Amino acid sequence: MDTTHAHNAAASSATPLLETVNLVKHFDISGGLLDRIQWRGSNLEFARTVVRAVNNVSLSIAKGETLSVVGESGCGKSTLARTVLGLYPPQSGQVLYRGERIDNLSPQQMLPYRTKMQMVFQDPYASLNPRMKVREILEEPVRFHHKEKSRSEVKDRVAEVMKQVGVCPDWGERYPHEFSGGQRQRISIARALVVDTEFIVADEPISALDVSIQAQILNLLMDAQEQRSLTYLFISHDLSVVEHISTRVAVMYLGFLCELAPTEELFTNPRHPYTQALLSAIPQLGAPSQDHIRLSGDVPTPINLPPGCVFHGRCPHADKRCRREIPAFLASGDTTLVACHGVEEGRI
Amino acid sequence: MVWLRRIRQSVMLHSFLHDPVAVGSAIFLLFFLIVGFGAPLVAPHNPYDSASIDVMDSEKPPVWEEGSDERFLLGTDAQGRDMLSTILYGLRVSLIIGMGAVALQAFLGITVGLIAGYGGRWVDTLFMRLADVQLSFSTYMIAIFIGAIVKASLGVGNFERIAVPFLIVVIGLAEWPQIGRTVRASVLGEKNKEYVEAARVIGLPARRIMIRHILPNTLTPVLVISTVQVANAIMSEAALSFIGLGMPITRPSLGSLIKAGFEYIFSGSWWITILPGIVLVLLILSINLLGDWLRDYLNPKLYKS
Repeated sequence: MDTTHAHNAAASSATPLLETVNLVKHFDISGGLLDRIQWRGSNLEFARTVVRAVNNVSLSIAKGETLSVVGESGCGKSTLARTVLGLYPPQSGQVLYRGERIDNLSPQQMLPYRTKMQMVFQDPYASLNPRMKVREILEEPVRFHHKEKSRSEVKDRVAEVMKQVGVCPDWGERYPHEFSGGQRQRISIARALVVDTEFIVADEPISALDVSIQAQILNLLMDAQEQRSLTYLFISHDLSVVEHISTRVAVMYLGFLCELAPTEELFTNPRHPYTQALLSAIPQLGAPSQDHIRLSGDVPTPINLPPGCVFHGRCPHADKRCRREIPAFLASGDTTLVACHGVEEGRI
Repeated sequence: MVWLRRIRQSVMLHSFLHDPVAVGSAIFLLFFLIVGFGAPLVAPHNPYDSASIDVMDSEKPPVWEEGSDERFLLGTDAQGRDMLSTILYGLRVSLIIGMGAVALQAFLGITVGLIAGYGGRWVDTLFMRLADVQLSFSTYMIAIFIGAIVKASLGVGNFERIAVPFLIVVIGLAEWPQIGRTVRASVLGEKNKEYVEAARVIGLPARRIMIRHILPNTLTPVLVISTVQVANAIMSEAALSFIGLGMPITRPSLGSLIKAGFEYIFSGSWWITILPGIVLVLLILSINLLGDWLRDYLNPKLYKS
């Protein structure tokens, strides 16, 4: 285990498998022309309403590791995942795969990367086309990317992957609605594995599942990672799962990264005040309840981001500088990156 | 065999068999389809063959009336054509036009709806405003306008030869927004589902995602609307024929038969207009009732125990 980690660290210092540089994704929700007309004073204006879902996110994922992104609902985790895969075009910033820029490629140029990067979705009831048989769902990516493969080769490939994820290959003629949630998620994972996948974005892959099934799917993901040396970008809000599966963890708040650290480091020694609050919210058996850090107020809307550090309104350590200046994402210690003026100044 | 068993065990068949109105209208519709398309085999006379028509036989009443001729079960029209045969041939013409027009509507509506819904932005705006403009004219206005131009430029003789495809095109073009809007609305609902995102992650081109993934999931409402639209198209055709812009009397549809007989209704020959009228009403009614059942069946909110 140690040797593989050392190897990973060496590889990551060369070129990370995937990297985002100052990635920004905004959504314009101002609607049609008529919805945008607004009176301001005596002037007629076309107002634009923009949701700032992902702001200046820079992270890199080394080959073979699992980078988890955690944060509360609406903090931009899923948007980040989809922007990385090119489902949403970013406003600015770059996405690099093995050092090559992929965010500005045409769909045709993107094809070679499509076989390497796949996604597992949250809702197993929505992520499989209800009108296609399981066999068709799984054969489609292989057929599309490997037109040279014969019918029997495609069939063998699909059967092999179905066996690996624990779905009997004989069930291929059935439709998705004939399966349970856990089985569907297995099929969904199989779809991500049938091509020559290296990198999988898993967007809350277990949060829609029954608790008894969650562990199975998690183990399946970890086994697949070991067998195929996969790299995961794992989106979750379940901190205990994240602690179990991740190599490193990134904490997001309102579209900004707060902290990025190796799992053990983050869970034992959280530096960013938001991370500290988040971790103290994990319920623990037998622990006295007054241990929580209670944050005041609500998460501000991503339409009107607060100036300075987006967390300053709820941060117990906020001062003047926090209200004015957006903190940079700086190294703190050997392996941790934190965006906090307090940590930078040594106040916290 | 598996296929057959699946049908026999399906909820749909069960629901169908337990709805007497649906079964009744399906039987009527099936009957009309068989005798309509089988008209050359079923009909006792050929109304298109002018050599077999004798003007001396004109305006004979149906057999149960006085002064009837037993060769003509439902009597004859003003030109001496057997009413039964004429109605059967007319039924065939009406059905062909109704189904052809709906096939064209469905093709246009599905294509436009898919592109508008999936493309979004200005494509969507363009196509939907086009549909709005089209819907703000009545079908008949468009059909009368185009019909008058085509008829004038081709001459009545030539028009007769292209009357069927012409009516299909006119009715098809005039009513596509019904299906187009429905498809667009379903596409908007489907395109943000995760299976579509999964298809995009695979890298499938937009056209393939639209046709293979989204379209099959939007066809349910199209099916319901199409049945009702067949009835509407047959009615439109009948209305256009009634005002003289549809099928010529030499190749009558139900509508042109009603129109032709209308002139004789006050001279006592009621059967020339009433009998095709009854067939038209029954046909439309059975299609609409079947469409209603289909809509109720496909709407899970209306499931009864």
